[in-house]
Amino acid sequence: MEITTGWYLVLGALLFVIGGTGLLIRRNPLVMLMCVELMLNGVNLSFVAFARQLDDIGGQTVVFFVLVVAAAEVVVGLGLLVAILRRQPGATADDLSALRG
Amino acid sequence: MVELVWLVPTLPLLGFCLLLVAGRVFGEPRAGWIATAAAATSFVVTLVVFVGLLGKDGHAGERSYEFILFDWLPAGSLKVEAGFLVDPLSITMALFVTGVGALIHLYSIGYMHGDPKYSKFFLYLNLFLFSMLMLVFGNNLVVTFLGWEGVGACSYFLISFWHQKESAATAGKKAFVTNRVGDWGFMIATFAIWSALGTVTYTEIANSPAMSAATGTAVSLLLFVAAAGKSAQLPLYVWLPDAMEGPTPVSAMVHAATMVTSGVYLLVRMNNVLTEDALLIIAVIGAATALFAALCAVAQHDIKKVLAYSTISQLGYMFLAIGSGAYVAAIFHVITHAFFKALLFLGSGSVIHGMHDEQDMRKMGALRAAMPITAATFIVGWLAIAGVPPFSGFWSKDEILLAAWEQKNIGPLLWAVGLITAFLTAYYMSRQVILVFFGEQRWEEDVNPHESTWTMTTPLCVLAGAAIVGGAINLPLVKDWLILEHFLEPIFHHPHHFSSGTTTKIVLAIVSVAAGLVGISIATLSWLMRRIPTESLEPELLENAMYVDATYARVVGGVGTTGFQKTADFDAEIVDGTINGVGRLVMKLGQLIQPTQSGYMRNYAVGVAVGALAIVVVLAWGLLL
Repeated sequence: MEITTGWYLVLGALLFVIGGTGLLIRRNPLVMLMCVELMLNGVNLSFVAFARQLDDIGGQTVVFFVLVVAAAEVVVGLGLLVAILRRQPGATADDLSALRG
Repeated sequence: MVELVWLVPTLPLLGFCLLLVAGRVFGEPRAGWIATAAAATSFVVTLVVFVGLLGKDGHAGERSYEFILFDWLPAGSLKVEAGFLVDPLSITMALFVTGVGALIHLYSIGYMHGDPKYSKFFLYLNLFLFSMLMLVFGNNLVVTFLGWEGVGACSYFLISFWHQKESAATAGKKAFVTNRVGDWGFMIATFAIWSALGTVTYTEIANSPAMSAATGTAVSLLLFVAAAGKSAQLPLYVWLPDAMEGPTPVSAMVHAATMVTSGVYLLVRMNNVLTEDALLIIAVIGAATALFAALCAVAQHDIKKVLAYSTISQLGYMFLAIGSGAYVAAIFHVITHAFFKALLFLGSGSVIHGMHDEQDMRKMGALRAAMPITAATFIVGWLAIAGVPPFSGFWSKDEILLAAWEQKNIGPLLWAVGLITAFLTAYYMSRQVILVFFGEQRWEEDVNPHESTWTMTTPLCVLAGAAIVGGAINLPLVKDWLILEHFLEPIFHHPHHFSSGTTTKIVLAIVSVAAGLVGISIATLSWLMRRIPTESLEPELLENAMYVDATYARVVGGVGTTGFQKTADFDAEIVDGTINGVGRLVMKLGQLIQPTQSGYMRNYAVGVAVGALAIVVVLAWGLLL
């Protein structure tokens, strides 16, 4: 069986949906952060697949940017998490609503 | 030598800085001597610059030297330099400003003796001299405006110098506020000139093509508003009589000899933009001011108030000259007036000093024995202002009356008003001299009036000398004797020439001298010999300056205050209300949608997901269609 671009796209979509669902239903902030990474990488996979099929380096370039931004985002996100959990050990996403309007 | 011009304003500025830092350390009398030295050196440098300017050829246009310090406001097409302009006009002004200024500094050393704020007084005097020189030497309207505001501020400081007195503090405020009206005219005129000609520099304005008639007249009138504020013309004169609350040297320097002439200077400087229509208005207001103030001076009891109204009246003469196109006559009168009016004010200061701060002429009389030098010099000033030949006032006043006579539209009328003013001037000045120095003694023996110290009498003698021979700088009839006129000629595009024949000139001169002598005689008959009852000569209407001031106060205090309050209310309720209303509306809307911000991550994530889905649906819908 030949592995076509479609397979990659399906896998990417699956990863995105799993990440999105996880983000919505999980309460552990660390896991939610991982879910966001999952969504990002699902999209990255689609980009790479299209870049390959269309023979266009642009898609891979975008992935490169996404990876860098994701790395930066993780640094900030984890830093925030550590700080929050130090003040409120075992806090879940439902406990954190300090930015309520 | 002309290059030294920058030193002229710098020296008083240095004196000011020195006194600002260490005035109290120097104390009395050293602070006074330092300030006097600064003013005197400034005068010497001005003389040097003057000699340098004389060395150049006037008719080849070389007697106009610009000294640029730096680019002050380089803003797009507007370029304003901090620069000085040395030409016959500015050097003439500077010579008497620094000369009379230095004498008054010297006089103040004696007059301010024992004042707790001794050094501060000289600090203000030096700052004033600096500002006045900036005004005179500035090579463009903006630098002149800097000096213009500077002298205004110094005038405020000096009028309310004894600010523990309620009246002095109020008088200072009044002068400041009234002058602001004039400053408004100056600013708008500057803007208009810049937008019409694209420059504010005097030499460039002088060489620019003429503005359109409407713009030219508007600019001229705005400049006249500015001049009317500083030079106390109708209807903005009200501050000057009150300004007499300041120490007498201030009245002499700021409010008689120098600052109040800056309006005349401004109009003469801008002579190339003044239009015929505007000149007519200037002449009429000048004549009206001269007559009005002379009438008011007739019935004053305060020795300084008489001189204050007299100053307004003489300034009216100068504007009458400008309005008649005789700029040289105006400057001539500025100079002679600076001599004899400074002399009269300093003399009155000497009297007040000797009488221990008594200013009411009804409590003086027969003082000539007690203070002979003051009396002698005051009499010289009186003869000069009354227009008795050969004293300086006669020559300049006569030239103004001749110019008024030759005015194209209403010449004889202006001349008649000027003549009546000359008569009144001679009358009220004689009344003053008689009330103060002659007649019966009306003071108690224990007042013990005394002659002032030499620092006060020296300036009196020097100024008396100048008041006697000052007319020599511009003697009529022989062409070569018109020194001032020939000197100032290069600054005018269309020099003014008298058209009347010699006979007319002589007849007019005889008539004006006769008017002066009649005034003196009436005063002698009524006040010295008591042949005419004097009660009727001081009508209440004139004593209260025709109630102009009171009317102003009532209007501004009544209708005016209501109007200002209404404006303030409009601002608070309508303008602020609109802005606050917008703010409140936004707050209300914010409160409405506030609950959507729950603070829970999940809610936001759902929002993003739903939004993304919605976009997908819309796109898909579009594709399907």
